[in-house]
Amino acid sequence: MTLPFELVVALRFLREGRFQTWLIVGGAGVGVAVVIFITALVNGLQANTIKRTLGTQAHIVLRPPEEIALPQRSAGAGAALLPSVQARAQRLRSIDQWQTIAARLDGRAGIVAVSPIVSGPAFAVRGDANKSVAVQGVQPDRYTRVIRMDDKLVAGDFRVQPGEAVIGKDLATDLGIGVGDRFRLVTGSGAAQVDDAYVVTGLVDLGIRDMNRRAVYLGLRTAQALFDLPGGASQIDLAVDDLFGAEGLAQSLARETGLTADSWMKTNEQLLAAINAQTITTRTIRVFVSIVVVLGIASVLVVSVVQKRREIGILRAMGASRGRIQRVFLLQGAMVALAGALIGSAIATVMIRIFGRIARNMDGTPLFALDIDPALYLWTVAGAVLAGVLAAAAPARRAAHLDPAQAIRS
Amino acid sequence: MSVGEPLVELTGIHKFYGVGTEVEAEVLHGIDLTLAPGEFTALIGPSGSGKSTLLNLIGLLESPTSGSYRLQGREAGTLDDDELTRLRATSLGFVFQFHHLLPAFTATENVLLPGLNALGPVTPERREAARQLLREVGLGDRLDHPPGKLSGGQQQRVAIARALSLAPPLVLADEPTGNLDTHSADDIFALMRRFNEERGVAFLIVTHDPRLARRCDRIVELVDGRIAGDRPNAAVRESAPA
Repeated sequence: MTLPFELVVALRFLREGRFQTWLIVGGAGVGVAVVIFITALVNGLQANTIKRTLGTQAHIVLRPPEEIALPQRSAGAGAALLPSVQARAQRLRSIDQWQTIAARLDGRAGIVAVSPIVSGPAFAVRGDANKSVAVQGVQPDRYTRVIRMDDKLVAGDFRVQPGEAVIGKDLATDLGIGVGDRFRLVTGSGAAQVDDAYVVTGLVDLGIRDMNRRAVYLGLRTAQALFDLPGGASQIDLAVDDLFGAEGLAQSLARETGLTADSWMKTNEQLLAAINAQTITTRTIRVFVSIVVVLGIASVLVVSVVQKRREIGILRAMGASRGRIQRVFLLQGAMVALAGALIGSAIATVMIRIFGRIARNMDGTPLFALDIDPALYLWTVAGAVLAGVLAAAAPARRAAHLDPAQAIRS
Repeated sequence: MSVGEPLVELTGIHKFYGVGTEVEAEVLHGIDLTLAPGEFTALIGPSGSGKSTLLNLIGLLESPTSGSYRLQGREAGTLDDDELTRLRATSLGFVFQFHHLLPAFTATENVLLPGLNALGPVTPERREAARQLLREVGLGDRLDHPPGKLSGGQQQRVAIARALSLAPPLVLADEPTGNLDTHSADDIFALMRRFNEERGVAFLIVTHDPRLARRCDRIVELVDGRIAGDRPNAAVRESAPA
């Protein structure tokens, strides 16, 4: 009784209706556990999917604008447009003034890494084996800041000095070579054919078999020579700090530079749609669970107000104001919700732990990391308490407006 | 409140129930009544005569349809709900027929509740005062019992201690002994009488028991919502033990 009136009475009322109290605390607890677990699960799943997707992709790729075939117009009056214009074949070109653009992007807010690249097709040849490959000429220190290559290396180093190459591990198998062995790269045809030998310095696993069969990394200058783009860069890869702001940034970069700018969000539209659908699903679950919890708390409190009519009347007779009575019931709502939220948080933590044990890859590593995010817990608990107060609003009003004389007689 | 001013002053009180409906009924037909500080008054009358309604009006639990009610000189009709609540907390104590203790609280806690409401969290001094009050009503060995473990008479003693806990000038008792055997009823009545004499607390006691009514200073009789009799009961004073 050393606490304020409202708190003392609310606690006693809850203790008195022990069975009802535990019932509703349990209900709120299960609701909170479901919300936290589902949210953590989906957040983990999404973070994992995005991480895997972006493990081999730049956040934004800048390329030269597409070449357009302009319709020819014959001179003079009575001119006619040619009825059909065939689109131009897009050849490998360098980004105009790419050094200037790259330097400008380097200092720009929101961009954390800039990596100029020359990429093009070639054939990897060793003996009778002849494989079609995708060559990327990179500056290793810049490139590894966009795509983390160190955790993809399975052998050797990511080193691409002149005459050196890093290749996909399945390509190495196809060619029957390993670190330290040589192979040849052939580009062009006829008189323009270039045919150089390279030493393998490293093998990478990009996580996708098809890419592992085709990936060849060279130095930027080597690739410039190989594709006859002296001093050029066919694309600029960017890493940004706000993942989901990538598309917006890409659009403004396209406007500013006149280049084609594709964000990961645009090149992975399906993935993004799936992620959005998941997010909407979680939100829907959260909303409905909240409604159920609110209705549950409200119904128990409504019953409690009816059961405690007489006590409410006595409290009013001894001088407790309407506001006091109202707060007694609001507090009950808040307290059962808080108790439920704490229990629910504990249940959710256990569920997350168990999930981490059960859901594993075939090699025994966790399927994906489920974070125990304090912010998620805090927000959910706060939301639950708010829901409790909300649920108590109508019963509390009813209690406050009971006619004390009638209530005492009942 | 100046000296000599009445504690309760009712003038022309009318009370209707179900106003505007088919069952509209006038329960009180113009009541004029004053109670002086320290008066020990019985309110008697047959069932349905309006006793409880009158008690609720004086207790500020209901408001009259018309007429004026002054409690300690304050016109109740001009006060809003919060002000009425405050006035009720400080000026009035209630004892009901079915004792109406809060079952979730011990005897001591029930006595502390009005103070918790009016004065805030309980101090050790107030706790001790509540225990002392319970000892005075003869429950020194039942201080921490919940109401469910007390007899009817004991519960009513707790209710009296609760009504007196903030030392109000007036206690309203609605058939406080109606639920008790004769022996317990006499005890409870004697207890109220003692607080009236020792502390000068005024009591207004609704009762059906003519035996008890005769032991009050004044008997007000209500019939069909009208005061049918209001007489001092001098015999009591004279025959009461000094």
